[in-house]
Amino acid sequence: MAKIYLDHGATTPLHPEVLEAMKPYLTDLFGNPSSLHSFGREVRKGLEEAREKAAAAIGAEEREIVFTSGGTESDNLAIRGVARAARQRGNHIITSAVEHHAVLDACLGLREEGFDVTVLPVDGYGMVRVSDVEAAITDQTILISIMLANNEVGTLQPVAEIGKIARGRGVVFHTDAVQAIGNLPVNVNDLHCDLLALSAHKHYGPKGVGVLYVRKGTRLKVFNFGGSQERKMRPGTENVPGIIGMGRAIELAVQELDKKADRIRKLRDKLIAGVLEIGDVRLNGHPTERLPGNVNVSVRYVEGESLILSLDLKGIAASSGSACTSGSLDPSHVLLAMGLDHQTAHGSLRLTLGAGNTEEEIDYVLSVMPEIVSRLRSMSPVYAGQRRD
Amino acid sequence: MYTEKVMEHFTNPRNVGEIADADGMGEVGNMKCGDIMRIYIKVNEQDVIEDIKFRTFGCGAAIATSSVVTEMVKGKTLDEALEVTNKQVAAELGGLPENKLHCSNLAADALHKAIEDYRNKRVAEKSNLKETGK
Repeated sequence: MAKIYLDHGATTPLHPEVLEAMKPYLTDLFGNPSSLHSFGREVRKGLEEAREKAAAAIGAEEREIVFTSGGTESDNLAIRGVARAARQRGNHIITSAVEHHAVLDACLGLREEGFDVTVLPVDGYGMVRVSDVEAAITDQTILISIMLANNEVGTLQPVAEIGKIARGRGVVFHTDAVQAIGNLPVNVNDLHCDLLALSAHKHYGPKGVGVLYVRKGTRLKVFNFGGSQERKMRPGTENVPGIIGMGRAIELAVQELDKKADRIRKLRDKLIAGVLEIGDVRLNGHPTERLPGNVNVSVRYVEGESLILSLDLKGIAASSGSACTSGSLDPSHVLLAMGLDHQTAHGSLRLTLGAGNTEEEIDYVLSVMPEIVSRLRSMSPVYAGQRRD
Repeated sequence: MYTEKVMEHFTNPRNVGEIADADGMGEVGNMKCGDIMRIYIKVNEQDVIEDIKFRTFGCGAAIATSSVVTEMVKGKTLDEALEVTNKQVAAELGGLPENKLHCSNLAADALHKAIEDYRNKRVAEKSNLKETGK
């Protein structure tokens, strides 16, 4: 049976060239980059080259790049770091209801420390309104954190506009760009952001490594102590092979962006059109302002996990925002924030395309989906026609 | 994460559907948590479950537990069926993941409700008969 991977929003395979770049650092180049001897110096050189690549990819300066363990750490370091550093100036933080939990929970956690957190609503497409951000800013506001592209429904946020407003009001602005990089142009100056989080494994790099961009002059109060690595913002011996991989991966992600994104977008639109044809299926997220590889639909009368299991039996890897797969008793907070009712949210299916997907694979998915849906609907007590109430 | 038996019941669920002239129907769950199970039973004069069918909206565990419970009690008396617990249903499937034991393991409850529905109807029928004096 063919295996088709349509869960690139969860993680991506390692790019072969990234693996090649990493290999020497997993074997011969094992030195500690902080060491003064040749073993250390050679590794230091590789590390700084990776930093140059990451900086170049997002229009930053090298000293503004902090390597971390991934998107979650970057988000936490940004949000908690700024909050602690700016405490004297104010205690108000603005974020949105559709953020990744790494941002949302970091912000909400600060409530316990006396911070006032505004969680902005979104429209039916999952988009934050710029006017809401503007209206929420007070003289106490110290931080705004709004993601660039939503991980579940793929909706792109008006981050550049929000960044401009934040800059004008003197508020630090952070954006989680984990899903965006490699899928759309990401430039810290165009976005007017002060902090930006990235994760290597979402763009064909290794797991366990990410970047936090910190615009010079942005004050962070860190919570780890020990060494002077990463300008003391992330003490501890660096994950060298990971960082090398991140550097190469982000370089490739930017180089291959145009030709890759266009091709994937076409496959996405074909998949969306085909799935909608099944009937009683709705597209979640914005029809055009969305990630090139993101398909998120709700299949009415059917629960998401049973859809995923059925697709998996056909070799297709997908994900869902149903409660069963969200790890809690509630379905996805993103779908609920967009105004979906529980049934529709439980019936959500996310198919995220990537570099390796082909048109034949999309054809195959579309050939098996109708049967899967009709089988599950035939079992469902809420399916139209079977309805009692 | 699921046992082979869960996947087998998920793939080939037994007794899917509804019984048009069911003697009892039981429904549990709600759309908030994403599981709804409905069980229909047909009971003969010896109080034996002659036929049983289910419809379920829910995850793999919800569908598999519904399916296996229909197998467990088909041909059993109502009293025997009432003794079947959610725990036994999970055990029959070779176990369920920890996080499924509460939210998606309600098939025995649906069955018990169907039996209760049947018995309530019988009581109502009897009192109707008395009232009309026939």
